[in-house]
Amino acid sequence: MHLAVQATAITKKPMRVGIPRSLLYYKYLPFWKTFLTGLGLEVETSPMTNKKILSGGVEIAENELCVPVKAFYGHCAALKDKVDALFVPRVVSVEERAYTCPKFLGLPDMIAAAASRMGLPPLLTPRLNQREKPGEFKRELISFARREFGLGRLGAVAALDAAALAQRRYQESLAAGRRPVDLLPLSRLNKPRWRPPSSGGQRVGLLGHPYNIYDGYITQNLIARLEEMGVDLIVPEMTDHHILMEAATDVPKQLYWSFEKDIIGAINHWTETGLVDGVIYVLAFACGPDSLIQVLIEHRARQYKVPLMSLTIDEHSGEAGLVTRIEAFVDMLMRRKKVAVA
Amino acid sequence: MRPPDQIKITTPHMGNLHLLLDDLFGRLGVEYIKPPKSSTKTLELGIKHGPEFACLPLKINLGNFIQALDKGANTIAMAGGHGPCRFGYYGIVEERILRDLGYEFDFMMLEPFSDGAWAFYRSFASLSAGLSIRRLWKILKVSFAKGRAFDQLRKRALMVRAYEANCGDTRRALKQAEKMLAAAVTAAEIEAAARESLGLIESVDQERERDVLKVGIVGEFYLLLEPFSNFDLEDILGNMGVYLERCVWVTDWIAPRRDNKIFGFPKRMIEEKAAPFLSHNVGGEGRETIGNTVLFAERGFDGVIQLLPFGCMPENIAASILPMLQQKHDIPVLTLTFDEQTGRAGMVTRLEAFVDLLWARRNGGAVSAIEGAKMQNREPETLCHECKAKAV
Repeated sequence: MHLAVQATAITKKPMRVGIPRSLLYYKYLPFWKTFLTGLGLEVETSPMTNKKILSGGVEIAENELCVPVKAFYGHCAALKDKVDALFVPRVVSVEERAYTCPKFLGLPDMIAAAASRMGLPPLLTPRLNQREKPGEFKRELISFARREFGLGRLGAVAALDAAALAQRRYQESLAAGRRPVDLLPLSRLNKPRWRPPSSGGQRVGLLGHPYNIYDGYITQNLIARLEEMGVDLIVPEMTDHHILMEAATDVPKQLYWSFEKDIIGAINHWTETGLVDGVIYVLAFACGPDSLIQVLIEHRARQYKVPLMSLTIDEHSGEAGLVTRIEAFVDMLMRRKKVAVA
Repeated sequence: MRPPDQIKITTPHMGNLHLLLDDLFGRLGVEYIKPPKSSTKTLELGIKHGPEFACLPLKINLGNFIQALDKGANTIAMAGGHGPCRFGYYGIVEERILRDLGYEFDFMMLEPFSDGAWAFYRSFASLSAGLSIRRLWKILKVSFAKGRAFDQLRKRALMVRAYEANCGDTRRALKQAEKMLAAAVTAAEIEAAARESLGLIESVDQERERDVLKVGIVGEFYLLLEPFSNFDLEDILGNMGVYLERCVWVTDWIAPRRDNKIFGFPKRMIEEKAAPFLSHNVGGEGRETIGNTVLFAERGFDGVIQLLPFGCMPENIAASILPMLQQKHDIPVLTLTFDEQTGRAGMVTRLEAFVDLLWARRNGGAVSAIEGAKMQNREPETLCHECKAKAV
């Protein structure tokens, strides 16, 4: 018997935890990955979104959900045979007096409801909430480490600190103009393609949720296409977060969705400073918050006479339609600039 | 804001909310411009000017406002909130759209009481000169009691309609009862009128021995409360001989929702029932939809119908979870999504199919739909002539 116990202790490999490459992956992967690794777990991420992943997700998910959430189902399915557990945190709030999106609040329950149908491994679902108290998520993560893995406070705190540092570094790199796809692991596009803004081209602001604009499959490689056209791209993450938050207060009533604040802040900041020649706003079909702030964004662009194109994406979006539209938009910007110069 | 004597206030329609507001604004001495009853015209205006992907209630609200402003209203009052559902930001978006259309008006956003009692009082004080806190409290109390009585009437009507001997009796009785209650002013009068009007509904000619199906209605509050948005779903089902219970009521929704006086089950209990499936608040009625479905299942209802506007975030979360709940609690759930494209005929067909299915299930599952219809002693075509005329 002793031998048996010893044998399991020796062969016992660290638990493998899967993080789906979707939704808040693009915002918080460095934090989550460092934290879980710090707890002594092995972290596996799903591959980049592809046809199989998306169609798998579309099949299972409720058909009125937005495309990134459908992709999330697909990413969970892609990980199911490779890992012992899936990391699906309930991200309720990332700052005081604000929420993320209702769908992030219900995500663990939605995945759990489909888990037996999909044959998923157990889910790890810590609740990350900073709505009432900013430090609450740390306490929750410490008790999560104890609850799930029997780890002591000290180990968890060390993992938390390392995670916070990794996240800070990540955000600094983003602000310096690096793209998430360049920084995050396992990416096919791991090349420094993001050219420093030159004075010649059109400067276009790309608005939208990171999980839409950086997911090359969902948006049909929008970023790469724009860059090939010689467009200088600016994304909200390139601006200091405090500036964005400050700019986001210029609305009639404070938004209660954190990630939409980034978007509103970016358009307010860009129009105010005249940083962009035009704005492309990518929104997912059936996205709740986007459908409302769209009104404010379009009003702002009209007010400051900045050309704006709203691109609605879903799982049926065709490549040709998208290319035609962005080409027309960029051509229009070029002509507009010529007229202004002449 | 304008001085109180010049204010002509308007609010969006939502079920029988206007009955409650009629009374409240009357007591405050404010002129209340009711928007015309929500109609296809209202919706058309909303679709034309509203954001494409916003949920259906916003579009109908917007249509209400445009029609009310055209009728001469100069102040808009709209409820607020702090999410995460979209509703809390409705007002801001609607105000923006209306101003872009060139309308001039004052906009008043009524934030929840929990945001601060003083701000809450101030918004009412700006409507009525010299309104003391004491008087406001008194007015709200009496008005609210009346609102509860209105809700009580509707709840009773839902239950009685399934048994009515002559199709349409309940609807007529309800109309009369609401008229009677609306005329009551003092607290004592309201109490008397509430009892009397309730009796009016009870006295509808009923066939109590009739076998009826019991169906619970859950979902997003506007869709549940506003008959225009759901094509009078309650009437249609009631006329098919279905006993209905609905879990959302205007006064339950406005008042701090601890006890849900009209629905009858406290908030905490609903949350506990929902916890195994959805353990966190997701805004709107998402968690309530799950909890109430469990409650209906445990109380032995035959089925549950969930209503939601297209794209509603909380209800879509609930809809993603309902299939599992359905299996665990063995209760059929029909999810109906509504948007401006939804047609009445398609919905009626689905309701009929669902009702047939429930009958077949009750009778051991072996009975065909047509036999099921015969067993209840009704024609497969369920609407009476009067209702048909109304539908066309």
